[in-house]
Amino acid sequence: MTKALKIVVLAKQVPDTRNVGKDAMTPEGTVNRAALPAIFNPEDLNALEQALRLKEQHPGSTVGVLTMGPPRAGEIIRQGLFRGADTGWLLTDRLFAGADTLATSYALATAIKKIGDVDIVIGGRQAIDGDTAQVGPQVAQKLGLNQVTYAEEILKIENNIATIRRHIDGGVETVEVPLPCVITVNGSAAPCRPCNAKLVMKYKYASCPLERQPEDPRADLYASRDYLNLNQWSVADVDGDPNQCGLSGSPTKVKTVQNIVFQAKESKTLTASDADVEGLIKELLEEKIIG
Amino acid sequence: MANYYNDNPNLQFYLDHPLMKRIVELKERNFADKDTYEDAPVDYEDAMENYRRVLDITGDITANIIEPNSESVDLEGPHLENGRMIYASKTVENLDACTKGGLWGVSMPRRYGGLNLPITVFSMLSEMVASADAGFQNIWSLQSCIDTLYEFGNEEQRMKYIPRVCAGETMSMDLTEPDAGSDLQSVMLKATYSEKDGCYLLNGVKRFITNGDSNIHLVLARSEEGTKDGRGLSMFIYDKRQGGVNVRHIEHKLGIHGSPTCELTYKNAKAELCGETRLGLIKYVMALMNSARLGIAAQSVGLGQEAYNEALKYASERQQFHKRIIEFPAVYDMLSRMKAKIDAGRSLLYMTARYVDIYKCLEDIQRERPLTPEERAECKKYSRLADAFTPLAKGMNSEYANQNAYDAISIHGGSGFIMEYKCQRLYRDARIFSIYEGTTQLQVVAAIRYITNGTYLTIMKEMLENEVSEDLKPLQNTVRTLVELYEQSINYVKGANNQEVQDFLARRLYDMTGDIMMSLLILDDATHAPHLFTQSANVYVHAAEEDVIGKSIYVKNFIEEDLVNFRAKAKEVAE
Repeated sequence: MTKALKIVVLAKQVPDTRNVGKDAMTPEGTVNRAALPAIFNPEDLNALEQALRLKEQHPGSTVGVLTMGPPRAGEIIRQGLFRGADTGWLLTDRLFAGADTLATSYALATAIKKIGDVDIVIGGRQAIDGDTAQVGPQVAQKLGLNQVTYAEEILKIENNIATIRRHIDGGVETVEVPLPCVITVNGSAAPCRPCNAKLVMKYKYASCPLERQPEDPRADLYASRDYLNLNQWSVADVDGDPNQCGLSGSPTKVKTVQNIVFQAKESKTLTASDADVEGLIKELLEEKIIG
Repeated sequence: MANYYNDNPNLQFYLDHPLMKRIVELKERNFADKDTYEDAPVDYEDAMENYRRVLDITGDITANIIEPNSESVDLEGPHLENGRMIYASKTVENLDACTKGGLWGVSMPRRYGGLNLPITVFSMLSEMVASADAGFQNIWSLQSCIDTLYEFGNEEQRMKYIPRVCAGETMSMDLTEPDAGSDLQSVMLKATYSEKDGCYLLNGVKRFITNGDSNIHLVLARSEEGTKDGRGLSMFIYDKRQGGVNVRHIEHKLGIHGSPTCELTYKNAKAELCGETRLGLIKYVMALMNSARLGIAAQSVGLGQEAYNEALKYASERQQFHKRIIEFPAVYDMLSRMKAKIDAGRSLLYMTARYVDIYKCLEDIQRERPLTPEERAECKKYSRLADAFTPLAKGMNSEYANQNAYDAISIHGGSGFIMEYKCQRLYRDARIFSIYEGTTQLQVVAAIRYITNGTYLTIMKEMLENEVSEDLKPLQNTVRTLVELYEQSINYVKGANNQEVQDFLARRLYDMTGDIMMSLLILDDATHAPHLFTQSANVYVHAAEEDVIGKSIYVKNFIEEDLVNFRAKAKEVAE
């Protein structure tokens, strides 16, 4: 039995920390966002691909991309639409700013309630800027939903039960979970499909009101092509509690930031003797560098 | 992330040519689709933005999926299973990526599900696919067969087949047979009309069919019993869903391993006539070939660029005699010539593509309404230019691709001969470019009448009137001298009044034509974008000078009696 699914993909715009140049960090030891291009968090792309596959397998399903960030994070929704998502929501409000994982999951969970009747919430395991892997599980907790982490592939959905292969230490395991549920996807899952030419042509000017310039040359199109107007939600729009959002909703306090520079130049000289080679292998195993 | 479009400003430059305005205007019919199709542009800038976006997507797919798959595809290749061709596993991945990217039926009108892109943009996509994997470019660019079905098929056939191609079904053109290669007039595959089935039945064998197990075939077959020449041949559409065609053999080739070259057997294969009978070769296949030739020109530029990139990377890293080898004159001479050939060849490619775009668009408009007298004149002018430029673009670029692949190996030294390096694959892949879709020798045959009737000469003289920047004036004067030598050479050959002498010297005249035409084009480019083309303009014009002067002397000193030395063996064989 195939059922039309309502799927929400959680996605985050992050600085591209994979291609770190010399300007990547400020002298204070924080991320220099200006020097790093903003990209779609890689594991969220893996999650989007899983969602799009479900949409193909279950006719009538819809995929929406939910993101929180400054107005320019509207790009994340466009990137979703370019690949086959049907809609998206940008949570943007000064009151959302400065959120830690708790405040972020509160905001997302509140928005998901507002969206309503969601069958699957799916996101990446973690974002490459914070690497916490906390947001997905916290969203599940706040919504009171079952969750599957480290998902690699959603094998099938039948009778309202999803069968999912998880990536675990030393292998994989297959689990079943009743819908609705929250799934976080591992980077070892299938890569996301490329942007589609027709969809890019259709949605290239899609934007949130806050992203637009006062003298927008395409202003007339926003009136005639409604699909170019992306959803933009404030705290009030999702009936959120301002105290649980952004900085005021974030118990995490950064005490100090240490700028770590790898300077060790320690070296060892080994001979070709069996004893030395064996010693090295043992050491590498103990340090978990190999094995 | 690597991207074959964003990483190549020279390619981007050709998108912004002034003729694009006219092309967009014609292609979009004053933006008539804008209220019907969500992806249709609303104005010129919007259309150009769409083109850039599609180029960007293709640049991404080619650099991050197709190129990384290319080595595996080369090693695995396709195989035969129970009369069916099975692609290499990574080829299937490539096809899927192109489907997800929506890169099929790109030239087709939106009403059939296409992207309505001009041939110029299609050629740019094609170039990038070829840079990533020349063999895959064959499979991908065969989608342009649909242009011929669109042009000559009826509305029912268009409705039936074009949406399928837009959705990712592949195509092939089944022309060659064991005894009909360059000489397609000898095609024997038999088409008989069956009253019982209400369609034609095809019987016989085709050989060397690229992507021969495709979903939709255009087949050249003899429908007129008792005929022996091209006028007895018609074009048919064979749909794989009908059955009746099997793959008997897949060729083991020197290169383009990923591109399956099939021998096909037709046993009462049901087929539809496309267009009218008897026009198969003389009209439809000629159209098919012209677009395929442009495709090979794009493939050649793409591979040539890749060969250059590989050579440049190696020469910049490899050290000998305590120096990077790129610092040696012998090496940078090769590298800069490679670059100049790509730049000049690309300029010729996209100039040709623009000419094709304009006349094809006008021809298409003519299917909807009569053309105005101005439009008719415009159509005629560009159709003639396209006919003249296509054999130059195909022949010159395919030879350049081979030269560049050869030089790339030279620059790699011994490593270039080792299978681990990519340049050996480029060298193997390039070899077919100057053979299929008409050998270089046949491009010469197609071009010679434009040489002797002065078509090229007139264009050259017009182009010499173009304003070039001050520092390029000396180069322009050099080209002016070359044009004079060229004119003398043509007059000399014509004056000999001997067909065999003309045929014999034709290749020299052809090369001179290409050298001069591309010199003029790159001077123009260097005037508009000096930062991109000044070096190549200098290198290219000097190389052209070297070649044209040598050839003009050869032609001038050639006398009819010289033929004796060349045709001695031919005479022996004939006797």
